[in-house]
Amino acid sequence: MSKDLVIKDLQISVQGNPIIKGLNLAVKQGEIHALMGPNGSGKSTLANGLMGHPLYDIDSGEVIFNGVDVLELEPNERAKLGLFLAFQYPTAIPGVSLANFLRLAVSAVRGQSGNGSGEDHLIPMREFRRELRDKMKQLGVDDSFARRYLNDGFSGGEKKRAEILQLAMLEPKIAILDETDSGLDIDAVRIVGESVNKLVGPELGVLIITHYPRLLDYIRPQFVHILLDGRIVESGGWELTQMLETEGYDPIREKHGIKEE
Amino acid sequence: MATSEKNTIEELGISKDYQYGFHDDIKPTFKSRKGLDESVINEMCDIKGEPDWMRQYRLNAYRIFKEKPMTKWGGDLSQLDFDDIYYYVKASDRSERSWDDVPEDIKKTFDRLGIPEAERKFLAGVGAQYDSEVVYHNIVEELDKIGVIFLDTDTAIKEYPDLVKKYFGTIIPSADNQFAALNSAAWSGGSFVYVPPGVKVEYPLQAYFRINTENMGQFERTLIIADEGSQVHYVEGCTAPTYSSESLHSAVVEIVCMKGSRVRYTTIQNWANNVYNLVTKRAVAYEDSQMEWVDGNLGSKLTMKYPSVYMMEPGARGDILSIAFASKGQHQDAGAKVYHCAPNTTSQITSKSISKDGGRSSYRGWVDVAKGAKGCKSHVVCDALILDKDSRSDTYPVIEIGESDTNIEHEARVSKIGEEQLFYLMSRGLSEEEASTMIVNGFIEPLVKELPMEYAVEMNRLIQLQMEGSVG
Ligand SMILES: Nc1ncnc2c1ncn2[C@@H]1O[C@H](COP(=O)(O)OP(=O)(O)OP(=O)(O)O)[C@@H](O)[C@H]1O
Ligand SMILES: [Mg+2]
Repeated sequence: MSKDLVIKDLQISVQGNPIIKGLNLAVKQGEIHALMGPNGSGKSTLANGLMGHPLYDIDSGEVIFNGVDVLELEPNERAKLGLFLAFQYPTAIPGVSLANFLRLAVSAVRGQSGNGSGEDHLIPMREFRRELRDKMKQLGVDDSFARRYLNDGFSGGEKKRAEILQLAMLEPKIAILDETDSGLDIDAVRIVGESVNKLVGPELGVLIITHYPRLLDYIRPQFVHILLDGRIVESGGWELTQMLETEGYDPIREKHGIKEE
Repeated sequence: MATSEKNTIEELGISKDYQYGFHDDIKPTFKSRKGLDESVINEMCDIKGEPDWMRQYRLNAYRIFKEKPMTKWGGDLSQLDFDDIYYYVKASDRSERSWDDVPEDIKKTFDRLGIPEAERKFLAGVGAQYDSEVVYHNIVEELDKIGVIFLDTDTAIKEYPDLVKKYFGTIIPSADNQFAALNSAAWSGGSFVYVPPGVKVEYPLQAYFRINTENMGQFERTLIIADEGSQVHYVEGCTAPTYSSESLHSAVVEIVCMKGSRVRYTTIQNWANNVYNLVTKRAVAYEDSQMEWVDGNLGSKLTMKYPSVYMMEPGARGDILSIAFASKGQHQDAGAKVYHCAPNTTSQITSKSISKDGGRSSYRGWVDVAKGAKGCKSHVVCDALILDKDSRSDTYPVIEIGESDTNIEHEARVSKIGEEQLFYLMSRGLSEEEASTMIVNGFIEPLVKELPMEYAVEMNRLIQLQMEGSVG
């Protein structure tokens, strides 16, 4: 049975300011959704809140993943259930190599790491290396990446590719891509688009947050949602992206009586 | 964690339940009474069969020690009772040359410290200090062939009296400080290394030692002489069993870097939480030579340690990399001292400290540029990571510049583990403890990557042990 992420009447505030003000959305494994909305409308707030960032307060509502109440869980437990967030601004961890980090992360989500410390909690080195090398090749990521410190001194585009590499390695059930296309050059958008496309299938549901339809040319969403003022005000298909491209957000604002900030 | 291999402690044969607090039941064959006086020193000299000059040296140092007032700066020494300490313990009668000669129970202890494994890997020579006396000392043939002397200091005094006498106590005189005086009076064990001109020792020379008798002081004495154009890396690692009453460790390490030589001295110490670790380490560096101290301090009740380099001639260079981890009830007062006594000398100090569970770490640094020492460069970087609000970090930098034509930079940063970093790692499936351990290991990586492989493994493992149970 395919698993789904169901968001019901969710309200999130940041430092006392309500940002997400009653949001409903359901994403199933195998489905591709796009979430669009102007700067500051709350897209990243939603993404962080879903993943359990401690700065983002859940004021009310429900997030149920495959029948489990996610809001009660620590971020790592959400990851183990199969949730993944590709960050808009990935954080640097100096001194920690991408490979070391990923080996621990992959072991954790595949259930091979308890709170233990020794080798036997980790997936075998050789197996991990082979898998990492294969996935890096598919993504057109340079071999030296594995030894570099996580996001430390990475260019904007390198960070985004590293996020997709992590997505590929961690094999989540539902992935949220927060502006993974921004900062990528034209070829990189294609590579990322095609790679995500390869990962997409009955096992993976994706929520793509983006400002540009270019990425969506590679990964065609079945559903497109527009976030304005903390709520999803329009949901539809591909035609919504076309409408935004030509007319911008103003007609939607007018229609819903929302003033520009 | 520079390479993932460093995680694989088991691959090095160190068992997973490797305990740093074990205590083997070994009977010392001789133990002096508690406290130090002239008769204890005389008795020690008799048993060791030391030459008269050393006896006089010790007695003179003892007189200096008696006159020195208690050290007031640094950490709290008020609980330290010099009369409640054994100053000389000997575990077996003589130094052993080959592994086969080492008594079985002592071997067992070494086994648990991973020595045979390390030796099999790439040891050039092992000198292991057991209690106050070196009981095992193995020099592989290559060292003999290239003329390198690597002995415990007691043996060196007998076999190379002139060479030892020429340098012993010249870098750190007995009167230098209270603990140097104490060590000069009561020293036992330690290593003596001489590297002839132009000889490059390819592998690190390693010495393992540990405290194994309750209330026993360790006062080892190490002297390294790198002759012109030579190169050597000396590694000292130490894990200590846990005891309930106070213990004192007060070593003296003297190093001479002659023209064009290069010496690196690496230490990782993980003392039991009741140990006072008060160490004096100093190197003199002559023309175009280079001295590097790499110093990792974990555990102990109080550590006071400031490796120093005196750059005596143009082109000399001193690098000091130090890392301190202060946990509950611990004070790491560590740092570095560099003295630019000649023009065009260069130094670099990198200090990293971690404070946790109310632990306190202090950086105490001294940069001195003599008048007329033109064109000197010194760069100091101090990074402190504080893991919780009960913990503390201070820096006490002193910069004395007698020459305007110098370039000195000092950077200090204090940071906390970032919420964003924790969240990022946790969102990928790591528990909070795994995530913070990873961040701390990343923080000290610049030091760890300078260590030989098995020490890097041990260092990461020690950090992991320190971090266990730290997240509630
Ligand atoms: N960590 C934070 N601290 C303070 N304010 C925040 C934080 N995160 C979000 N906000 C505020 O919440 C509002 C929504 O921000 P959010 O990042 O969710 O927007 P967004 O839709 O992702 O915008 P963009 O398209 O620019 O990425 C903004 O006003 C922003 O300043
Ligand atoms: Mg955003």
